[in-house]
Amino acid sequence: MEVFLIGLVAAALRVATPLILGTLGELFSERAGILNLGIEGTMFFGAFVGFVVAEASGSLWLGVLAAIVAGIASGLLMSLLAVRLGANQHVSGLGITLLLTGLSLFAFRLIYGERQVLPAIQPFGKISPFGELPILGPIFEQYLMTYLAVLLVPVAWWVLYRTNFGLQVRAVGENPEAADAAGVNVFLVRYLSLAIAGGLMGAAGSFLSLAQLGAFSFGIIAGRGWVCIALIVFGNWDPVKVLWGALLFGGVFALQLRLQTTGLDLPYEFFLALPYLTTIAGLALAGRNAAYPAALLKPYRRE
Amino acid sequence: MPIRIERAPAPVWMRLAIPLAAVVVTFVLTAVLVVWAKASPLEAYYYFLIAPLSTRVSAIEVLVKSTPLLLTGAAVTFAFSAGYWNIGVEGQLYAGAIAAAGLGMVLGGLPPILALPLMLLGGFLAGMLWALVPALLRVKLAIDEVVTTLLLNSVMLFLVSFILNGPWRDPISGWPQSPQIEPSTVLPKLLPRSRLHLGFIVAMAVIALLWYLLSRTTLGLRMRATGMGREAARFAGVDVDRTVLVAALASGGIAGLAGVGEVAGIHFHLIDAISPGFGYTGIIVATLGALHPLGVAMAALFIGLIGTGAQTVSRALGVPAFLGDVVQATLLLVTLGMFLLLNYRIRVVRAGRGSSAGRAPGIGVRDDAR
Repeated sequence: MEVFLIGLVAAALRVATPLILGTLGELFSERAGILNLGIEGTMFFGAFVGFVVAEASGSLWLGVLAAIVAGIASGLLMSLLAVRLGANQHVSGLGITLLLTGLSLFAFRLIYGERQVLPAIQPFGKISPFGELPILGPIFEQYLMTYLAVLLVPVAWWVLYRTNFGLQVRAVGENPEAADAAGVNVFLVRYLSLAIAGGLMGAAGSFLSLAQLGAFSFGIIAGRGWVCIALIVFGNWDPVKVLWGALLFGGVFALQLRLQTTGLDLPYEFFLALPYLTTIAGLALAGRNAAYPAALLKPYRRE
Repeated sequence: MPIRIERAPAPVWMRLAIPLAAVVVTFVLTAVLVVWAKASPLEAYYYFLIAPLSTRVSAIEVLVKSTPLLLTGAAVTFAFSAGYWNIGVEGQLYAGAIAAAGLGMVLGGLPPILALPLMLLGGFLAGMLWALVPALLRVKLAIDEVVTTLLLNSVMLFLVSFILNGPWRDPISGWPQSPQIEPSTVLPKLLPRSRLHLGFIVAMAVIALLWYLLSRTTLGLRMRATGMGREAARFAGVDVDRTVLVAALASGGIAGLAGVGEVAGIHFHLIDAISPGFGYTGIIVATLGALHPLGVAMAALFIGLIGTGAQTVSRALGVPAFLGDVVQATLLLVTLGMFLLLNYRIRVVRAGRGSSAGRAPGIGVRDDAR
């Protein structure tokens, strides 16, 4: 039982890593008043660019960096549409997801052709800085990116609540007119927020291709971006609560993997759908009190 | 910033010119990818836009490809018009496909004149049913439908996978596909030696009905009022919750019909890849068509053309067929940007800050009262 639980927590952290990164990204976007449905495509693009650069250069960290840059570019494209032009955020975001998914697949075919065996790389290894600890040791056998992701949660909290920039982000997400009147450059703050958001989403994608899989496959993101969107509502736009949400989702996901092997007579697809159903149920319970940033989805124009 | 954006309503001819200009801009932008694939852009665009229309077989195939898009485009338009952001058309389409595959197995004893309407009705109801939970969550608990419909798309893929690997796995071939539907439940062909089926007529009828509902009935008026701004609509005496519910359920139902068409008109059994993202492409179609039924019909035909063209380009020039997806998505984003510029004029000024006023009409900006 102990081994089971320890293994479960360790796996939950692993599953949660891309969710934490992606959700923190989406958090910056939504806190600035922009719903970024480009997240699924941006993560896919990040996974792809990260893999290609790492494969070509032989450096995994260069891959991660490239994925972050690719994510920032995607965030800036989103801000061109949703911030500069004030276009409909749902359609812009989905358009970006469709564009980046198509672009990644197109480029993958051009670079690697139609191979039977997918190209692979030697992915990041796990590190175990506290491996000596009794019982709990295995929990700390994780990828470095997992530690960085968890560490980013207090960083994001600090940026949002303790810095001038964070105050401006929240202000333009709540009341852009008032922020503008107070001398905040609404457009600039939103561009920066979307750039940060994109960078984190790109990093989230690269975790999957460079740490977890060591390859790029067409189903690599598999709806994780949409899960991040749900986790935001679930965590009520608070970086710390969002972390718990991501760990919970990771836990449910890791649990379903383990339940499948126990020979329980339920179809494995049910277990796969379980985290999504749990999230919807969670939204139904928690969503009523959702504290949406007041200016979410409303484009801002200077009068 | 030396660029100034001023409000300046566009002349009528520009409204027609914008979609055409968007197509040109899109092809210029995506030419980079064609060159990367070591092909000539002009040649590629010939295969994209002209070649599919040059033979009878491929011209009819354009209509075949457009059929599900007419329906998913109509489904999205119906919901979006009322300000209900139904991103779950993909899942609702699969719900209709499951119903069609199921009914197709059991309705074999009935003559087509009875079986086919039952299939369509069953698909409509199934799509509606899959749309019901997010719609209720939105109306009763004010829970964001974007999140729930997106998550339910993922759940639906698992459900289909379960059905195909479990209860409906084809006992003869052992493949993850449902048994063939009975011959009397197959949608009749409209033209011999083609894949064009009755679903195309159904789709056109749905578009016509959509036009009638949106522009000629009080329901349509209420929907558009709700879409413009919920608070204002409520103030004007519209039962906003009811209107949203009707729009959400009808949207799901129409999406279900698209699933019926693919099962009963094209594949004749349920497979997990029955839709290569028709639900998401429906959002492109609805946006390109500016949420107007006539525009939606034209957009669906055009996207159908691009879909057929992408395969022609791929066969003729060896360019990956994913180019079609990129062209569609680029077209969506370019059109989105251009529609917004429609009512603004960009002017270079010597000094002063950029300013703009007012709202662009149509699909660009929409109040989403929360």
